[in-house]
Amino acid sequence: MSEVVKKFCYLNRKAPYGTIYAWESLEVVLIGAAFDQDVTLVFVDDGVYQLTKAQDTTAVGMKNFSPTYRTLGDYEVKHIFVDRESLQARGLNADDLVQVAWEDWETGEERENIVEVVDAGRVTEIIEASDVVFSF
Amino acid sequence: MAVLHTVNKSPFERNALESCLKFAAGGAAVLLIEDGVYGVLRDTSAADKVQMALDSLQLYVLGPDLSARGFDEERIIPGVKVVDYAGFVDLATEHDKVQAWL
Repeated sequence: MSEVVKKFCYLNRKAPYGTIYAWESLEVVLIGAAFDQDVTLVFVDDGVYQLTKAQDTTAVGMKNFSPTYRTLGDYEVKHIFVDRESLQARGLNADDLVQVAWEDWETGEERENIVEVVDAGRVTEIIEASDVVFSF
Repeated sequence: MAVLHTVNKSPFERNALESCLKFAAGGAAVLLIEDGVYGVLRDTSAADKVQMALDSLQLYVLGPDLSARGFDEERIIPGVKVVDYAGFVDLATEHDKVQAWL
């Protein structure tokens, strides 16, 4: 484990499939897990669409990467925040989103779902408190 | 001259759908594909404009793109028809030309 632990924030603003941003962000998160940093994911604007349940890409012939979000708790991701206004503008709520469980294998601490719907002010605080922000 | 318009951008990120609905002639068909499918979902901030457009335009959405994004027919604005890839081809051949709003 590295000595300096930084707060990494991944800010996701793009819908999945239409562009490569969502998939690329996920790849970087998974790779970054190897560096033992404090990782937070934030979904705003069309980024909230990345977390919708029941994505089925069979007919479009693309890889369905949405099941990967449910495993993020195993990849050092401790917090996932979703902007409430972005959800509301799209007629969505927390029930439309996947759940992500988290467990600390050292302490045994568990959380059933780390996806949190928050107000814009909280998103601002999270970004401000981060050492590094990766924008997708 | 009947035109088939296609829109492939999210209405929350680009104004492609808005422009399409503004400039499309009455009686034209509009097919939403790729990220454009978000435009036909119910209860969104874009839904009113789409609902109004149904008075003068035929609206279609590509089912496979809707499914990929986790939505089904129950989530879309009533009056919008779901088509598959074969339906896309039919629409293209039934109309005199296709205009893409990128």
